[in-house]
Amino acid sequence: MTTADLTLTKEHAANLFRRKRLIGFSIPAVIAVYFIYIFFAFDLPGLAQRASLEKAVTLFSDSWSHKVHVTRNNRTGEIDYAVEGERKGRYPEGERPDWVTGDEIITIDLGADHIVRYLPNNRTEVEIPGFPMIEVQAEGRSLTTNLPADLPDWISASKRRIGITTPEGRITLTGARTEVFNYFPGWELFWFTLDSPYHGHGVTEILFGEQLDPSRSNVAGAVTDWWNNKMWRHRDVAWAIGETILMAFLGTMGAAMLALPLAFVAAKRFSPIMVVRAATRRVFDFVRGVDALIWTVVLARAFGPGPLTGALAILITDTGTFGKIFSEALENVDQKQIEGVTSTGAKPLQRYRFGVIPQVVPVLLAQILYFLESNTRSATIIGAITGGGIGLMLTQAIQTQKDWEEVAYYIVLVIAMVMFMDWFSGWLRAKLIGRKD
Amino acid sequence: MLDATLGGSTPITVDSIQSSYTAQVKRRRLYGGLTLLIFVLLMVSGFNVADDRNAGGFWDGLHQIGDYPADVLSEAWEKRAELPGLVAKYFPALVETINIAAVSTLIGALGGLFLSLLGTRGLAKWPRLIPLFRRISDIMRAVPEIVIALMLIFVMGGGPVPAMIAIAIHTAGALGKMFSEVAENADLKPVEGLASTGATWSQRMLLGVLPQVAPNYVSYSLLRFEVNIRASAILGFVGAGGLGYELRNAMAWGPGRFDEAAAIFILLFGTIVFFDQISSHYRNRLTEGQGQ
Repeated sequence: MTTADLTLTKEHAANLFRRKRLIGFSIPAVIAVYFIYIFFAFDLPGLAQRASLEKAVTLFSDSWSHKVHVTRNNRTGEIDYAVEGERKGRYPEGERPDWVTGDEIITIDLGADHIVRYLPNNRTEVEIPGFPMIEVQAEGRSLTTNLPADLPDWISASKRRIGITTPEGRITLTGARTEVFNYFPGWELFWFTLDSPYHGHGVTEILFGEQLDPSRSNVAGAVTDWWNNKMWRHRDVAWAIGETILMAFLGTMGAAMLALPLAFVAAKRFSPIMVVRAATRRVFDFVRGVDALIWTVVLARAFGPGPLTGALAILITDTGTFGKIFSEALENVDQKQIEGVTSTGAKPLQRYRFGVIPQVVPVLLAQILYFLESNTRSATIIGAITGGGIGLMLTQAIQTQKDWEEVAYYIVLVIAMVMFMDWFSGWLRAKLIGRKD
Repeated sequence: MLDATLGGSTPITVDSIQSSYTAQVKRRRLYGGLTLLIFVLLMVSGFNVADDRNAGGFWDGLHQIGDYPADVLSEAWEKRAELPGLVAKYFPALVETINIAAVSTLIGALGGLFLSLLGTRGLAKWPRLIPLFRRISDIMRAVPEIVIALMLIFVMGGGPVPAMIAIAIHTAGALGKMFSEVAENADLKPVEGLASTGATWSQRMLLGVLPQVAPNYVSYSLLRFEVNIRASAILGFVGAGGLGYELRNAMAWGPGRFDEAAAIFILLFGTIVFFDQISSHYRNRLTEGQGQ
């Protein structure tokens, strides 16, 4: 190698390095500039103001706790005890939580010396440590109190409404009603609602204890009452999860069955006519490009909301995806095996069955099972749009903006469902085509 | 003697081979037939259940499939003069949808990168925490985007950011798994070489592993970008801004405004096809030299 050559190569190498360095620095720079643009395009400064920390706190505390309402109707003087203030969670006549005592004067012990007393004639006393006793008299639609003008920030008071928030519980008073919310950790009534004879009994008591309901055996009765729990709706939830999985299953398998013959038409090896091939491919591209969202919208017009619509939306979209993948797999099959089958005098259909299918089945199965798992997740989202399955229950629970413990329950179930399908499809794949490295 | 044994035993062996072979074939056919039967049963009963629980039946709805697209198309065709204007009107929404997908893919790829490096044997900074990072990436992958998006919409109000965060979390989990499959096959020699010079963990990853895995990582990220465009359109439909949000509004107006829905359909379809083509072109280029 001459010196001239060497300098030339050196210069060449230096150029290469310079270019690489330029690329190495410019890519992060471009990304940084893009993020700055996004920062303003998505209005992040404005978002910081709009986001409400209070809502986030409610969301998180409600998702793992529940509250029991003690409500006095100031017109009739009646007192109601209900979990989450819902009719389904109301204590039966004559029963009440054990932190409420007294007949004439109802004493509610919120814990840590926070005490609320419902006195006759719509009077209320609130005792909070480190604060003078609060007395409130409800008359018609207005309230008279002994509250000072200068209030701490955990009390809000007007002539019509007083709200007191303490770490132990919340108290709201209006002319019409006086309400105390006592917070507890855990998901109350998850197993049995208050009207079930099994509420408040442990597992061992139900399994081995004496018969609690004379008309039913313990286990059968407990299972029925749990299954039909009105608060948590275990039966509906189970159906919803079944529907979601069903959508994914029907959609994926239906798509695979439709796509397989079409893939033969689209593969160069098996379909000699160019026009037919190209047309099939464009069909695949089209149904894939239209996307599940639009298919869902269009199909919901024809079939109405429900799991079938979701299944068909998945089916149509994935027919395109599978068609593309399958036809690529078919292009790559080994010709020798087909020739071998042909040499035995096999007809075209038999050639496909014994020469081609065994070669592509592992690839196809792996793809189908992968999509089954991924479609379970899509089915949750499609269900939220088209109205079926766990996705719908989840969006409905979120839209009420108060049943966060139910939202938390559904989220746990959805994650468990997806992880189960992930595990199941992996297990099935290992069973059917063997573990591959 | 020898002959006799051979002659005596060979026919039996052939017979037994043949009979055991036919038995095996029969058994396999039986199992195959049973599997097929169960599968068909599942499909048929599943279809019936889904059909029952649907608001409208399959057979009633089948001939109506074309009605809605036909309405939309005919109305859009009548007002075809306005279509370019509408496309221009919804273009900003389209840009927002693409931005959501792009940002969440970038953030998700970065998150997936860390999850994969920390969760791969031989590369992890803290080998004991490998299962932890794997579980984290499993859970992030399992959470459907809509769950996080809806909760964030409640806290932050509607807009692109909840969708972006939701998709980014899912992307990080999904890419974390794919990335770590690639990283497992990475050659460890450069890493060892760098370690011998006293390179820190981040230097070893940046200089030893990333150059090996970059083409695959970029290819997977591009694939994810395609998926995320669709996801971002869908999330818009539940209130997270962008084209999906406009589509829901346009649909809510019903007949008379179908031209708007048509414009959005066209934009969405065009975008998805466009980015699919671009991304598959670059993915092919990136993975071209892989086989050798």
